[in-house]
Amino acid sequence: MTAHASLLSARTPRSAFGKLLQSETKVAWRVPLGLILGVAVPIFVLVIFRAIPAMNKPAASLGGLTWFSVYFPVLIALVLAMLSLISLPVHLATYREQGILRRMSTTPVPPAWMLAAQVIINLALAVVALGILVVAGTAGFGLGAPKAPGGFALALILTIAAMFAIGLWISAIARTAGGAGAIGQLFLYPLLFFAGLWSPQERMPPVLQHISEWSPLGASVHALQGSMQGTFPSAQSLLVLVGWAVVFGFLAVRFFRWE
Amino acid sequence: MIPVTTESRPTGPGSVPETGPAIEVRRLRKIYRATVAVDDVSFSVRDGEIFGILGPNGAGKTTTVECVIGLRRPDAGDIRVMGLDPQADREDLHMIVGAQLQASALPAQLKVGEILDLYHSFYAEAADLAEIMDSLGLAEKQNAYYKSLSGGLKQRLSIALALIGNPKVAVLDEMTTGLDPQARRDTWHLIEQVRDRGVTIILVTHYMDEAERLCDRIALLDRGRIVAIDTPDGLAGRAGVDKRVRFVPSKSFDDHLLAGLPEVRKIEHEGEHVIVTGSGDLANAVILTLAAAGVTATDLHLDIANLEDAFVALTGRHLHDEIGRVHR
Repeated sequence: MTAHASLLSARTPRSAFGKLLQSETKVAWRVPLGLILGVAVPIFVLVIFRAIPAMNKPAASLGGLTWFSVYFPVLIALVLAMLSLISLPVHLATYREQGILRRMSTTPVPPAWMLAAQVIINLALAVVALGILVVAGTAGFGLGAPKAPGGFALALILTIAAMFAIGLWISAIARTAGGAGAIGQLFLYPLLFFAGLWSPQERMPPVLQHISEWSPLGASVHALQGSMQGTFPSAQSLLVLVGWAVVFGFLAVRFFRWE
Repeated sequence: MIPVTTESRPTGPGSVPETGPAIEVRRLRKIYRATVAVDDVSFSVRDGEIFGILGPNGAGKTTTVECVIGLRRPDAGDIRVMGLDPQADREDLHMIVGAQLQASALPAQLKVGEILDLYHSFYAEAADLAEIMDSLGLAEKQNAYYKSLSGGLKQRLSIALALIGNPKVAVLDEMTTGLDPQARRDTWHLIEQVRDRGVTIILVTHYMDEAERLCDRIALLDRGRIVAIDTPDGLAGRAGVDKRVRFVPSKSFDDHLLAGLPEVRKIEHEGEHVIVTGSGDLANAVILTLAAAGVTATDLHLDIANLEDAFVALTGRHLHDEIGRVHR
């Protein structure tokens, strides 16, 4: 090594990640896309549900369950889909489009820090939104604790992994905010359809039910619903979620570009 | 085609041989699909030097510096920056190299003070934040959102961020584009101060006046290749364009007085004006000789061959017209 080598003892202070997270949180608060999509939208849906008396009554067509308890996992899917498919990719693609990632790539900060900060912020928003759903569900709709809590937690974690992997892949390939929004919605509506947002899975024709079982949010809602009623999620549901997480996680890492 | 010059002169007696050049680029080549952006580019930048890279749009200037700071992987060639390989030692490199790039920005909803504070935290041995803010006139803008800044202020913030890590090497790409004349001069002054602190600077520019004023040496780049590397004066000299001094003498004098000077090649009269053409330290020689004979040169104009002339002479193409359309 040359005489210059002595210059190189220093490393990026690890405290810088805290600073980055803090400043990204400020941005997330000042441009509340994630806050609106991930938190305000589900609250809005809850308010509408509350205004429909039938939501709270057990229905024979649902095997004695209330409409709300059937919809509760779908609302979880809605929150996670909004944050992972829209909020995260649109934000990161905006950073790419405007050259903010390019600027940061000339600093000693490891590139993954920005991704990590954004994932953490959107997960935090998800925690807030899910918290509101649980509190409102328990207080306002007579929702009970899941009868298979371990299965519920596992299904929830795998859903988060699968959805954020898809979101990171969109973030990786979209060059512009507009592009990220378009690809995000291309995923959002079909996935929410198969999750049962417009029509519960139980009421879908067999073909659609079959497709739904292989879609990430379909498998997720299926697993979450079962766990709430006391059935541990099926291996198929969990493996479908793992599959989406692994494939899109790989694609995201493989195709990520700073510009 | 003029032969490519990699190193125009031996290092001076004051140089420290064991340190080697701050930046060494050997036979760099970068291809985008079918386009060769940079072809066989070699140069070395000495410690503490301001090294200019000058050329029209599409000449490969930005690609070259992007390779130097490790943002792009060269297709061929070898680069060392303070002994580091930009690809293999990227994190170490970015600790000691500050860069101000084109087409880069900062989050619109962050305030100037927040951005500076954030970038300050990235470096182990960062510069003094207050000093950086003062020297770039950003102190009173701390609470302004990035999106509300004028082009000039954004540019100044960008330069501040390039210097905030207390870098050994600063890479500044078109740093004064979009600045008004006063802000440009202020920025030049700042760059000179930074150099005086021992920072080695690579300056990418298409402004001749900027390169002439700031650069110790300049690499002229055209269509991905280096046309020449030399001092600003050296380049102008190579262009074979003479210097011209134009003045009104306070009283008439015999042309032979100046014709005998080694710097002078031709003397012309145009009404009351005298136009002396030549080379070297022409203006000084003429003025001193006249003064010794009791003649004062009034209404003095220097018409020095500039880098524009050099570029035209060396490539047969215009530097300025081409970029003028894109940047103005």
